[in-house]
Amino acid sequence: MLLLGVSGCALGHAFLDHAAPPVGSTLGAAPDRVRLWFTQELEPAFSGIEVDDAKGARVDDGKAVLDPNDATSLSVGLKPLGAGTYTVHWHVLSVDTHRTEGSLTFEVAK
Amino acid sequence: MSRSMWGHAALAAAFLAMHSAPPAHAHGFAGARFFPATIQTDDPFVADEGSLPTITWRPAGADGSHETDYGLDLAKRITPNFGVTFSEQWRVVRPNGSPFVSGWDALTTGQQYQLFIDGEHEAMGLIGLREVWAHTGGKALGQSEFTTLSPTFDFGKGLGNLPDSVRWLRPLAVTGNVSVDFPTKSSSSDGTPNPNVFNFGVAIEYGLQYLQSQVKNIGLAPPFDRMTPLVEITSSTPLNRVVKATTGVIAPGVIWSGQYFQLGAELLIPYGSGQGHGVGGVLQLHFYLDDIFPNSMGKPLLGH
Repeated sequence: MLLLGVSGCALGHAFLDHAAPPVGSTLGAAPDRVRLWFTQELEPAFSGIEVDDAKGARVDDGKAVLDPNDATSLSVGLKPLGAGTYTVHWHVLSVDTHRTEGSLTFEVAK
Repeated sequence: MSRSMWGHAALAAAFLAMHSAPPAHAHGFAGARFFPATIQTDDPFVADEGSLPTITWRPAGADGSHETDYGLDLAKRITPNFGVTFSEQWRVVRPNGSPFVSGWDALTTGQQYQLFIDGEHEAMGLIGLREVWAHTGGKALGQSEFTTLSPTFDFGKGLGNLPDSVRWLRPLAVTGNVSVDFPTKSSSSDGTPNPNVFNFGVAIEYGLQYLQSQVKNIGLAPPFDRMTPLVEITSSTPLNRVVKATTGVIAPGVIWSGQYFQLGAELLIPYGSGQGHGVGGVLQLHFYLDDIFPNSMGKPLLGH
């Protein structure tokens, strides 16, 4: 039972492991995509990403997709971004039906 | 309206109230906030979880005695918003200058109802009733001749809504509980008074996983990226029948949260008169049954 905690089996709540752009980062150039990696495999039909600018306007393409080679990774394309702060809102459902959500920000420098 | 009709109406109202509350989330989540199970204070959520073991080395007593406890506890959801708890511990007491004495402690049970979970504000609240049962446990350490009933209110609040100017404080969260102990006998057969006791506990925690995933990735590597440093503070104050002196424990420590279990370690620093001296410690291995057994014992017995 203890080994389940360290072996990386695909069960349990999906926490955000890391992101591109990194959480809270400042970028010199605008990214064309936001990619999130989670600690568990995801159900894509019940998982999504929304990216908003500082005014709350949506700037993603609305098509969050699961990496076909990595079921723990979800990404969404972005419209051309200018300088400013952007908020990424995510919600995912792990394969064992546990739902988690969160948000992060990144900044595109002037 | 007849008495039986009032009774049926009351039951119907209670049923509707229970099922109109917001759906509960397993495992201590409110929005983006994950609340790990704390050790000294009650958790503000119904859950399918269990601890085995909780090993407590208590600070030396005022009489020079030492005690080590080996505990187990289980929380089980009956419905998504209602759960029950059981806890027991094996006590090993070493009186000063005397051989050790050991035995089971009194059985403790509880019933809990999830009042609310507000994901947007990372807040949750729970009400419950706890019972410490008379005439249970081993006789070597003395069985209590009275039951203690304790209504409780538990709460949790994450600070993720703080403005960007203080974003480094967003990983902070506070959980706590308020309860009053009501013994079923105001005094024992030997004349010892049994007071009503007001209890308050609070845990102040800083979630490093929350920091890395919600505020800023500062590059923490495992195991630090899943740690929650915290300090818990408990207090108990008799309300009647005896001198009103507050006693309690300050417990700084850390919890590491994995996918299926968590490990907790805390120092126990007593305060208040008559509390003895020195410090103690506690280690706990706590399992998330909803993640280990999501399709069987890790889900509510009724409902979904």
